[in-house]
Amino acid sequence: MSAPAYPPGARVRVVERFPPGHIRTPHYCRGRVGRVERLCGRFPNPEKLAYGRGTDDVRALYRVRFRQRELWPDYAGPAEDTVEIEIYEHWLEDAS
Amino acid sequence: MSTSPSDPSDLRGAIDAGRRHHDMGGLDAGPVDRSQHALAPWEHKTDAILRLLADPKRGPVMRIDELRRGIEEMGPGVYDELSYYERWIGSIANILMEKGVLEAEALGAKIEAVQARHAAAPPRREGAGGGGNL
Repeated sequence: MSAPAYPPGARVRVVERFPPGHIRTPHYCRGRVGRVERLCGRFPNPEKLAYGRGTDDVRALYRVRFRQRELWPDYAGPAEDTVEIEIYEHWLEDAS
Repeated sequence: MSTSPSDPSDLRGAIDAGRRHHDMGGLDAGPVDRSQHALAPWEHKTDAILRLLADPKRGPVMRIDELRRGIEEMGPGVYDELSYYERWIGSIANILMEKGVLEAEALGAKIEAVQARHAAAPPRREGAGGGGNL
């Protein structure tokens, strides 16, 4: 089990990948850039648990904060509005 | 916000091919129905069955992650038509068959037997103290 790759404040991009199967990363944030708010902990990979295995495949889970306008180009609310999404480390890449 | 794949200026639409049906965040959904309704006895029972199956003390027999996967695999038509707990019990049955806990033939025979019993003596109405209809 490796140390978490991203400290709070790190700029990260959600991997823009669309595999079939059980995925815990919402479609609407894929390819979008946000900042790590905090590490939530380490948990068995739900994308394997969904198929009855993976209890020994523990992954870091982060709370990532996005600007609403990053997610929704036509967002009409204030520019500072954000949304936080919990995303596993294997769905994030460095965007610093 | 538009997600129509026919609009070439809509980036979300352009990658919609990779969006699975249940993953609806951000799609237009129309007005939200906020009315509350009492759960039927079978819905309480479905909740209890899942909690027992997912209890780590029993293995667990199945995990919530598997329940979700089973619901996602129902496909667009069934997913939209079934109610919340209908999706649950459908997924539970499929996952348990996948694991060899239930056999389709035995489950089908049981469903037929219950239907025959209900036809002979309709179950008491909801709230009348019944609920043991399974």
